Amino acid sequence: MPTAREVAAVVEGAHREYWSTVLASTVRLTRDLDLAEDCTQEAFVQALRTWPDGIPSNPAGWLTTVARRLALDRFRRETTLRRKLPLLIEDPGAPGDSEQPTDPLRLVFTCCHPALARDAQVALTLRLICGLTTREVAAGLLISESTAAARITRAKKKIAAAGIPYRIPDDHELADRLDVVLTVVQLVYTAGHVAAGPELMRAELTGRAIELAQLLVRLMPAEPEPQALLGLLLMTQARGDARLSEDGELVLLADQDRSRWDARLLGEGLARATAALQQGHGRFALQAAIAGLHVTAPSWDQTDWHQVVRMYDAMLLGWPSPIVELNRAAAHSLVPGADLTAVLAELDALGNEPALKAYAYLPATRADVLARLDRPDEAVKAYDEAIDLTANGAEQRFLEHRRAALINGSTADGRRGVGGGGLERPGRGGVGAG
Amino acid sequence: MAQYVFLLFDTEDWYDQVSTAEEFQAQMKLHNDFAAAVAAAGASMLGGEALERSSTASTVRQGSGEPLVTDGPFIETKEALGGFYVIDCKDLDQALALAKLCPSPNIEVRPVMPTS
Repeated sequence: MPTAREVAAVVEGAHREYWSTVLASTVRLTRDLDLAEDCTQEAFVQALRTWPDGIPSNPAGWLTTVARRLALDRFRRETTLRRKLPLLIEDPGAPGDSEQPTDPLRLVFTCCHPALARDAQVALTLRLICGLTTREVAAGLLISESTAAARITRAKKKIAAAGIPYRIPDDHELADRLDVVLTVVQLVYTAGHVAAGPELMRAELTGRAIELAQLLVRLMPAEPEPQALLGLLLMTQARGDARLSEDGELVLLADQDRSRWDARLLGEGLARATAALQQGHGRFALQAAIAGLHVTAPSWDQTDWHQVVRMYDAMLLGWPSPIVELNRAAAHSLVPGADLTAVLAELDALGNEPALKAYAYLPATRADVLARLDRPDEAVKAYDEAIDLTANGAEQRFLEHRRAALINGSTADGRRGVGGGGLERPGRGGVGAG
Repeated sequence: MAQYVFLLFDTEDWYDQVSTAEEFQAQMKLHNDFAAAVAAAGASMLGGEALERSSTASTVRQGSGEPLVTDGPFIETKEALGGFYVIDCKDLDQALALAKLCPSPNIEVRPVMPTS
């Protein structure tokens, strides 16, 4: 007889692994998101109650059967069950139809529909795909529980009212729709990666994001971009231990002890990225390529910056954006023999971009280039600007340190390109990430 | 099938640009092509009109006391409401796909509330 603790652990594991599968299958039956959620939730509660008598050999099957039975019970009891949040289901089939393996994918594409606001997509994905409670979603996104609840409810109402269909996009729309999904997953990872909330929640989010990427790879094995995202996240995750010093201070990629990188995660990440790149140069494949260039370099200085620049050039061709232009300029400044004055001009031009007005990485990069051009007074001013813009404590302390070092005349410390490096967020596809 | 209203927003340049019969015909062709695309997609065009320019609008505002009549549109925006369509579509995805084909730079796609 399993102990209560063993049962709880198994149910928790099943929740983590099968929540979206069970929910997706139940949605097919209920054609109503809220009802499906209730029944799925209830199935796990029942598991906690009955599994002490014996854990089923097929937990997912058990849970799905129970959830669907609960839904049918509700239909019988409430003969005039008016669907609160009816879903438009393409090829619904008969209500008794068994689940289709593509169902979790429908759920994913629905949560990440472009007609939903970005923060709604993220909250909905965390709730419906990861199965996080509203409180956990709130904790992860650093918002109040009521805000999280309202955001999720509004999103579900929009899905119903606007007629967002529960389907997998057609081939001709798939690339664009998939890009949104991958962006959402990357945002979940970033929310955990940027040290802002409590440690446990951050680890929860990065772990969930990686699981989401793994789920997408499983559901769409022929698509290279989910593989690329998985590779990118694993390579970022591999550097996790080296990111923070013992005092909890940010350690730049340039300064990290590379021996502390997780070799296994790196290896898997590189393998995924390589496989993806062989099939195409999508947006995530290019980001993964850049990460690969970083992790395979023996040191920061020995990074193939020229190749990194070429990857950014490729990204700009397909997905032009001021942030990518900034990252490219930063990488360009690190190419041996780069014309720093020209780079500075590029950075100055970027100062007019509305998207970068509140982006600390721009003045931070300018500061670094100015310092290397031996213009310390201007560099200090740029560091001031960057310090004003950053909301992250660790980043702020790092920038203040660089600024102080400059004022104390230690510009010539031999480090190249460390000024901007620490502020990169993995979600921006940039250089010098921590 | 669900009904959506397409609200077409644009600068009002076209009112001045469409001064000859040919230019008008060119505009109409764009909209006829759109109507054909709607039909080809299996959706139904239930209605739609071009509107006179926003300076011809009058607004009736309800407040305390008598309703107030003023000259002009309700909200002054850079882009003005220039026309609308009511289209019966399979779902939002179809509505959005059709909106991408609709000859107007800015389109709001709003679901119609079912009366049943």
